[in-house]
Amino acid sequence: MSAASPWLPRPLAIAERAQETADTFTLRLEPGDCGFAFAPGQFNMIYAFGVGEAAISISGDPTRPETLVHTIRAVGTVTRALATLDRGAAVGIRGPYGSAWPVEHALGGDLLIIAGGLGLAPLRPVVYDVLARRALFGHVVVLYGARSPADLLYTRELDAWIDGGVHVQVTVDHAGTDWVGSVGTVPSLIDGLVIDPARTIALVCGPEVMMRFCLRALATRGLAADRVHVSLERNMKCAVGLCGHCQLRESFVCKDGPVVRADRIAPLLDRREI
Amino acid sequence: MEGLERILQEHAFLEDLSVDQARFLVSCARNVRFAAGEFLLREGTEPPAFFLLRRGHVVLEIDVPARGTVEMESLGPGDVLGLSWLIPAYREHLDARATDAVVAIAFDCRCLRAKLDADHDLGYALARRLFAQAYHRLERVRLQRLDLYGVR
Repeated sequence: MSAASPWLPRPLAIAERAQETADTFTLRLEPGDCGFAFAPGQFNMIYAFGVGEAAISISGDPTRPETLVHTIRAVGTVTRALATLDRGAAVGIRGPYGSAWPVEHALGGDLLIIAGGLGLAPLRPVVYDVLARRALFGHVVVLYGARSPADLLYTRELDAWIDGGVHVQVTVDHAGTDWVGSVGTVPSLIDGLVIDPARTIALVCGPEVMMRFCLRALATRGLAADRVHVSLERNMKCAVGLCGHCQLRESFVCKDGPVVRADRIAPLLDRREI
Repeated sequence: MEGLERILQEHAFLEDLSVDQARFLVSCARNVRFAAGEFLLREGTEPPAFFLLRRGHVVLEIDVPARGTVEMESLGPGDVLGLSWLIPAYREHLDARATDAVVAIAFDCRCLRAKLDADHDLGYALARRLFAQAYHRLERVRLQRLDLYGVR
C-alpha cells in the first residue's frame, strides 16, 4: 500500500499493452526499484487520470514484484479510458487491497482452480505461484470456461502451464467446428473430475451464477464448503472499508474480501436482494 | 457376454443396476468404435443406437443457415448419447460427431424399447436415469443461455 496515504495514487508508467480479446487488454506497469509486492487474489484501484478509479484484480506473477500486471475489460467509463492508453502513458495505482487466495492451505494437497471469463485474471497469480514451487502441491487442475474460443484469455500461456505440471481443461459455451476442445459449461467439467475431498482446496472466480452452480457441483462431489474459496465482485470505491459501496451485510468486500470462504458466503449468493 | 455385462454395470449410467437386469439388457448391446470425425447420430434420422460413452469425446452440433455448424455441447466418458430413441417419432434433432477415437456401448433402440416394455421395473430404473440425464442437460443449456460471460 502507498506509504503516505491510502488515498494517494502512485503514478506508474505503462511498459506494455497487449490486446487479449476484442474487449479485454493487459497492461504491464513498471513499479520501479521498490517493486510491487502483492498476494494472489488482491486488487488495485487504478486511476485513469481525469476520469476516475476502478477496482482491478492483479493478474501478474507474485514472484516477480518488478512488474505489475492488470488484465482489464473495457466495460465502463474508467476501463474504456484505460483502454485508450498505450505504452508510456501513466495511470495511478492504489493498493494492493483485499484478502488473498489461501494458496498455503493447499500445500501438500490438491488444488482445483475454477475460472469463468475474466475470472481467470485474479487466479493467474495462483498458477504462477504454484508453478514456481510445483513439487509442493499434489494434483493441480485448472478448469476454465469462456463464451467462445475468441474470448479465451492467456491462450499462449496454457501450454506452458500444462508443461509445468498443471492439468488444464478449457470449455466454451459455443463454438464452430474449428474448435477441437470442450463445449459446455464450467460446472459440467467438475462432474468429470476425480476429486479427493479430504485433500482438495478449490478456488473459484467468475460470474456469480457460475460460482453458485460450481459450489453445488463441488458439494455433490463431496467437497466441503470450508475447502472452497470464491472471489466476489462488488462496486468498490474507497477500497479501505469506509465508504460502504461494496458492503455485503456486515462485511466490506474490499477489505474482508474479495476472496472469502464459500461456507461464509454461500447463503448470501442465493439471496436475490443481495 | 460376461465381459459386456461387466462393462454395462461399470458404466456410470447403469451404476447399481442388478446383475439380472444387466444380463437382461446385454443382448441389445454391442461394443462399437468410431474414428475422429465420424458421426454417431445425424439430425433428422432415426437414431441407429443409444450410446453409453466409454472413451473419447463426442460433440453435439447443429447446422445453422448463414452461420455454419455450431457446436452445442461436448460429451465424454460416462455420458450417454441420444435421448430420442424413447420418444416417438424417434428422430434426432442434432448431429453427434466424434472429436477423437470413441469407444462406446451401442444399444439397439428397438430391442431396448421392447425390453423396457417387457420389464417395467427395469423400465422404471432406466427412465429415472434418463430423466436425470435430461434434467442435468437442461440445467447446462439454461446456463449457456444466460450468456454469463457477456457484458452486463
